Amino acid sequence: MTTTLPRAQLPLPVRTPPPRSRSPHRVSRWQIYLPLGLYLLFTLVPFYWMLVFAFRPRGSDSLLPWPITFDNFTTVWTGMGFGMFFQNSLLVGVASLISTTVIALSGGYALARYDFRGRQLFLVAMLCTQFIPGAMMLIPLFEIFRTLGLVNSLWALVIAETVFQLPLSLILISGFIKNIPVELEQAAWVDGCSRLRGFFAVVLPMLRPALVAVGSFAFIHSWNNFLFALMFVSEQEKFTLPVGLAFTIGEFSVDFGALAAGGVVAAVPVVLVFAVIQRYLVQGMSAGAVKG
Amino acid sequence: MAVAVEGRRRRPRRPGKPRTPYVLIAPAVVAMLGFLVYPMASVLYYSLQHYNVSKPWEDGFAGLANFQAMLDDPLFWQSLGFSAKWVLVEVTLQLLFGLALALIVNETFVGRALSRALVFSPWAVSGVLTTGIWILLYNPTTGVFRYLADLGIGSYDTAPLADPDTVFAAAVVAELWRGVPFFAILLLADLQTINNDLYEAAAVDGATRVRRFLHITLPHLKDAIILSTLLRAVWEFNNVDLLYTLTGGGPAHQTTTLPLYVAAKAVQSHDFGYGSALTTAAFLILTFFSIAYLRLSKFGART
Repeated sequence: MTTTLPRAQLPLPVRTPPPRSRSPHRVSRWQIYLPLGLYLLFTLVPFYWMLVFAFRPRGSDSLLPWPITFDNFTTVWTGMGFGMFFQNSLLVGVASLISTTVIALSGGYALARYDFRGRQLFLVAMLCTQFIPGAMMLIPLFEIFRTLGLVNSLWALVIAETVFQLPLSLILISGFIKNIPVELEQAAWVDGCSRLRGFFAVVLPMLRPALVAVGSFAFIHSWNNFLFALMFVSEQEKFTLPVGLAFTIGEFSVDFGALAAGGVVAAVPVVLVFAVIQRYLVQGMSAGAVKG
Repeated sequence: MAVAVEGRRRRPRRPGKPRTPYVLIAPAVVAMLGFLVYPMASVLYYSLQHYNVSKPWEDGFAGLANFQAMLDDPLFWQSLGFSAKWVLVEVTLQLLFGLALALIVNETFVGRALSRALVFSPWAVSGVLTTGIWILLYNPTTGVFRYLADLGIGSYDTAPLADPDTVFAAAVVAELWRGVPFFAILLLADLQTINNDLYEAAAVDGATRVRRFLHITLPHLKDAIILSTLLRAVWEFNNVDLLYTLTGGGPAHQTTTLPLYVAAKAVQSHDFGYGSALTTAAFLILTFFSIAYLRLSKFGART
């Protein structure tokens, strides 16, 4: 309805929009808000439940978020080691983010700006890797990490995460670089810039949306990964949050307040990252779709 | 995907040596050769070996014995069947809900930006966390059903995860919760590339909303739907986090997918040879399915 107003004010309306009541073009309000409201309920009730259980005092039965207590958080953070798990997850997440972005940036530039022997083969191989099941790679990866002495090391997780994130990241970044006119770089070379300086001065600043997308994908993915962390790390001091959470779930008598608080600890960073990037997510994918 | 089909283009002269691209792509190639290609090759190799950490005296070349054993293994067929059912149900429902959501949040209305952010948010949540939340929701003492029973709706005995009749539905709903946003995000991105003039023209010609959806929206979304369903099918087939923690594959292997079965074989019985044969089979099935799906759905064909 908002669109009809400015259009009516145009001096030369190309076509007057058909009247609202008879138009099949318009969707009425309740046709949007009713299904959307129902779906929001389905989305938000689980989050709400987790928050209520995390913050409510022991023995309380109320579903209202008052009074609140931080007891559950103290229990999980210090008593159950979630502070340590959080640190481990953060280390793996940030390290995966950096290594994925750097490797994908350098490889993506090569794929976008050079024709070289083996380029097509590499692209096809990258698509094939999308069908490799992570769970299925557990055995051979475990063997490799054992040979490298990386079992029980967080670096094993960083390596595994980076490798599984690389194909998608390479495709995304090289696609973005392709959309940056090479003439911009050429102008820098003419001015006497080296290729490297040209890259940093011209290309990198324009890649910000791609870097945000790739970096946050890598971070969220590695923050959430469970199976690798479960398999490659068995010392409790090296657990990541999903593994810690899974062990809380697996306890004989589950402490639901602690479970919920642990869940909040695990959720907050990714939800924050997601809140920042979600606009770019749709925009970035639309842009990719336009370019075909 | 677009990268692969793009043709060669003449590029202008540039500074740098001819080996520059190889240097730039070397880290990616090395990482993927070492930690994707090599492990995959070793899975193929082990699948032809007897390799059991707990029975080292039997190790050695096995030929196709592992695959023979697999065909005679009722749990292989059962887990494969459940995988197929799980993937089919999840992908279908996620697509339907995701498409409906994308269409809704593509309209113009007050509160759209916030609605999008909220509706998409479970996408960022991990499988284990999803399990944690839904265990809370399904539990007879802490969950929704207990509070509904307080209001006189349903019964206090409702325990969806403990009841063999409802455990499948319970797992499906939990996975839907975090799975629908994937389709909603992807399809919304594609919806936004539709030229609005098409709708205007169709409206002028008197096309109803249903007809506009069928003749403009769906054909435009076709490739996005094919690709997203394929990616999701592979992902749902492979992903183990949720079922591993929510049901553990039980009760009585009822919710064991093929990857869960592989993980169990590798972890519990240390039978790496047999596990590798299962892995190889799963990889072949996935690849075959993907090629057949892309062919049959005529991906990329002009409509």
